[in-house]
Amino acid sequence: MLRLESVSKRFGGVAATDRVSLEVAAGEVHALIGPNGAGKTTLVGLISGALRADSGNVRFMDSDISSLPQHDRVRSGLARSYQITSIFRKLSVLDNLALAVQARSGSSFSFWRPLEKETGLFEAASSILGEIGLQEKKNHLAATLAHGEQRALEVGLALATQPKLVLLDEPMAGMGPEESRHMIELIERIRAGVTVLLVEHDMDAVFRLADRISVMVDGRVIATDSPEKIRLNPEVRRAYLGDEVPA
Amino acid sequence: MKKSIFLLAIFGLFPLAMQWADQLFYVSFATRVMIYAIAATSLNLVLGYGGMISFGHAAFVGTGAYVGSILVAEGVTSALIGWPAAIAVSALAAGIIGAISLRTRGVYFIMITLAFAQMMFYLVNSMKAYGGDEGLTLRQRPSLIVDLGDEVTFYYVVLSILALTIFLLYRLMKSRFGRVVIAIRENEARAEAIGFPVFRYKLACFVIAGAAAGLAGALLASHGKYVNPNVLHWVQSGTLMIMVILGGVGHLWGGALGAAMLLGLEHLISDYPIGWLAQLAPNYQQHANLGVGLVMLALVLFAPQGIAGLLERRKHAAA
Repeated sequence: MLRLESVSKRFGGVAATDRVSLEVAAGEVHALIGPNGAGKTTLVGLISGALRADSGNVRFMDSDISSLPQHDRVRSGLARSYQITSIFRKLSVLDNLALAVQARSGSSFSFWRPLEKETGLFEAASSILGEIGLQEKKNHLAATLAHGEQRALEVGLALATQPKLVLLDEPMAGMGPEESRHMIELIERIRAGVTVLLVEHDMDAVFRLADRISVMVDGRVIATDSPEKIRLNPEVRRAYLGDEVPA
Repeated sequence: MKKSIFLLAIFGLFPLAMQWADQLFYVSFATRVMIYAIAATSLNLVLGYGGMISFGHAAFVGTGAYVGSILVAEGVTSALIGWPAAIAVSALAAGIIGAISLRTRGVYFIMITLAFAQMMFYLVNSMKAYGGDEGLTLRQRPSLIVDLGDEVTFYYVVLSILALTIFLLYRLMKSRFGRVVIAIRENEARAEAIGFPVFRYKLACFVIAGAAAGLAGALLASHGKYVNPNVLHWVQSGTLMIMVILGGVGHLWGGALGAAMLLGLEHLISDYPIGWLAQLAPNYQQHANLGVGLVMLALVLFAPQGIAGLLERRKHAAA
């Protein structure tokens, strides 16, 4: 579904990603792990189109999207969430989601017809609302939500664009155990309908959810394999996992 | 809705009352205020709703003013041609300037819009055929179906255009497009990340505002039967900005309230001497801006949402 071919990105003298090749198969949850500064978020930026690669190709659903701007990539079914929560803080939760639905449903160069009349947008937004468990907060301003709820909305915004592949950049960042459990359940629920590339530090979550895991160290992908094999891979253990691995 | 009708009634009856009191000056003054209200409202779309801090909005007011005036000077006296032409050329100018400036953000955007406006200021200064720095005087106002030479008639025409402008802004901000503009103001990166081509929406917003500003410019020149390069000067851009800030950034009535407040205040200070102050500082009336500055300071400190914000707060407190 997604294929990166030798993708590189430099910031000044530093190679944030160095000839990264990676394949995400349709229907899988593919986890991307690695120590801080390994280049995971940069890679998410390169895939989503927020950043352009210096060299290499990004292919999605059999077409080269390397030169497509971000909004066109979203239209083709590729959405992301952010590690640092990025929502529309002054809009209500429902309006946040309706906006993301709106982005995928036809042109918004419509200057006259009131948005309120487009019940379809709000119905679609409501169903996402149910999925992320925020029905009771739908009229609250996004800024007033608790951290865990904002994280859920963050993921909800990506889901509301009806992606075929969703890039989740550390969805559990800063969450307590209870909130993390909700997020894991959410990902369990959506995986039936959407392919997931999951960047995450929470190893419990990663080993529970992932069909395959890629390990990134210093801008390079050093291994891609099933969770069992990654756990036993000596190179991965040395570079990253250490004692964190649940035995 | 009720309130709008009430407001319209007051504004509708105003010139008749002034005619009765033999104070036609105030009809003309109110017309000028309303023209500035249109210009400030158009800036509010860009600045308040769109979050794009344009410091060159006078460029579009000026373009409209000059296009309208040049057409009249060249013998095309119909406002039915002149005003739409002013709108079209200003929209085009906004399209070109926007396409370049909107690639920058923050302070750079402020500076580049300012730079474009100043370039146009010097351009019209050098247009010797149309008065250069001395400006261009028109023999008459352009003609419409009605007689625009009559102050009261002109007042009603401008009032209608202002009402239409505010109504269009209201509808615009309730539409899909308006929602996207707000989203971009609130979180541009995320708006792009959920699939909106942000640049195109910002440009469209900038062009719509430029077009409305152009119409305000054409009205301004028609009203005074005169235009000079100062209409494009950066001070003019600053004045429009102050109007928006005074009135209420991102409030439907912000531009109109701000224009009324600023021009009203200037008029009060310079035409109604305060005895004791005049004795203390005989020339104070020539420095109306000092008073305006103090009011501005007070508002920014105590009512950062402008007058519209104040009114809204009172309404909420009462409810």
